[in-house]
Amino acid sequence: MAITLSGSDTIPAPPWSSRLTTAQVWGILLLAPYLLVFLAFVVYPVCYGLYLARDPQNYVALYNDPIFARAAVNTLIFLVIGINVKMLIALFLSGFFAQQRPWIKWLSVIFILPWAVPSIPTILSVRFMLNPEWGVINHLIFSFTGDDGPNWLNNPAVALTMAIGVHIWKSLPFWTLILLTGRLAIPHDLYEASEVDGANPWQKFRFITWPSMQTLYVTCTLLSMIWTLGDFNSVYLLTGGGPADLTHVLSTLGIRYLRLDQLSLAMASIVVAMPLVLPLVYFMMKRLSR
Amino acid sequence: MKLPTLKEVGTEAKLLLIGIPVFIWTMVPIYHMFLFAISPKEDAFSGKLWPDHPTLHNFHIVFYQEHYFLRDFWIQFWNSTVIALSAGALTLFIATAAAFSISRLRVPGGRWVMNLALFTYFIPAAFLAVPMYRTMGNYGLLNNHWSLILAMVTIASPYAIWVLKQASDKLPVELDEAATMDGATTLQLFRLVYVPLMMPSLVAIGTYAVLLAWNEYLYAFLLLSKDTNITLPVALGNFLAADDSPWELLMTTGFIYALPPAAIYYAFKRYMVGGLTAGAVKS
Repeated sequence: MAITLSGSDTIPAPPWSSRLTTAQVWGILLLAPYLLVFLAFVVYPVCYGLYLARDPQNYVALYNDPIFARAAVNTLIFLVIGINVKMLIALFLSGFFAQQRPWIKWLSVIFILPWAVPSIPTILSVRFMLNPEWGVINHLIFSFTGDDGPNWLNNPAVALTMAIGVHIWKSLPFWTLILLTGRLAIPHDLYEASEVDGANPWQKFRFITWPSMQTLYVTCTLLSMIWTLGDFNSVYLLTGGGPADLTHVLSTLGIRYLRLDQLSLAMASIVVAMPLVLPLVYFMMKRLSR
Repeated sequence: MKLPTLKEVGTEAKLLLIGIPVFIWTMVPIYHMFLFAISPKEDAFSGKLWPDHPTLHNFHIVFYQEHYFLRDFWIQFWNSTVIALSAGALTLFIATAAAFSISRLRVPGGRWVMNLALFTYFIPAAFLAVPMYRTMGNYGLLNNHWSLILAMVTIASPYAIWVLKQASDKLPVELDEAATMDGATTLQLFRLVYVPLMMPSLVAIGTYAVLLAWNEYLYAFLLLSKDTNITLPVALGNFLAADDSPWELLMTTGFIYALPPAAIYYAFKRYMVGGLTAGAVKS
């Protein structure tokens, strides 16, 4: 864009300033802090990490590590079960919280708590509840049946289930809230009209609620998939990856290698997750940057 | 008084049948934490739902640092506070500047930067942690609060920029034009027109960034390690390493640590829910 500055007809402006307005120069200056952060703490680390993980030997080592195979399977179980159970409950509960009742309004305020409090004390609280000797759950089991309860976190399948439960506990309020927002945006006359036609609750859901919320539900599921992949706390704080490193997921596995000073293996374990992450990221960016 | 019909009672009962389990499910880990915080040591492991002699003694032990696990409690509390507030302020500055630049000044390449930011937002933070840890080592920032502050700014900015850009796109262009006509410079436009109008979104984003940094465990535990420079969540995590951990004190500390974010969340709920849920998923 050509601009005329007062006096610029006597002194020829340098070529760059003839293309940029002052506002645009300010624009670049104001954008610079983020670009610096992005270059220093995203671009450089990622490139450096890829450089560290470049040796194909890393991937062979990873392939031969039974803990990696187990973590990959655990990640898939965590994703498939955790996300679907969470999103279906969130969809159901969004309908519950959409009901107009004073006590439901109060409950919704309490319901947000897991999302509002930090995860470490609550996950440690769950870990403590599950302790086989003095946890409250086995205490209750003992007082009702007179038998010792199971050692919850000593069985990898049970421990992983508990970690998924913790993940759902923590993130359910957020997704319920989002789906509730979507549900409340559906015009009310649609329901009124369907009632006149004698629709039952299931038909109302099937023909009004679901079609209006389908896109939102799919987007939420995909976004939740990306975030669940990165959920480190639920597994690490509840099981620490144990027993015998059998409950690791990809996000805790990378940190495990890091703690063992096997940096290139740590990076490689993240690189192998990329074929799963990048399509999701691409899809989400397409949806959000419209 | 109008008596409810049988149908109304039935609906209410069905709703309660959902509401009661939801309430229990939500509260159990939090109540368990609270129960231990107010239980004397000898009551703590009795499995009772309410202690025989509720006490605030555990809080006394934590506040006066009367246990070797807690000898640095206040300095760790201070570390958490400083890091959260610095990360919040820095994120707010960087993201507001960027959103103003992209949305109002329509800087060339702004859209491109926006996409880079979104890309970062979608990379799970646990995956970025490994290379970032090594990079902080290369920069010589390990064990320095700046490493955690900058890491949190890196993680919080993309979403902050995105939400702020959405909000600033909604401001009418005429405002900028009128201010410019009146002779406002770009910086005056930013300071006197843009920032005041964006206040609700800025509060939401500032709160988001502060809470993110206050709650962060993974990066904090990777980047900081000295007892006197770690944050509260790392100190809580360190309890796990010992076999003889005083769980009632751990739960008390956890309860104290969880209070500020819960309070902030409820204080700014109006802004948070509006700003964040609208931003999180656009259908």
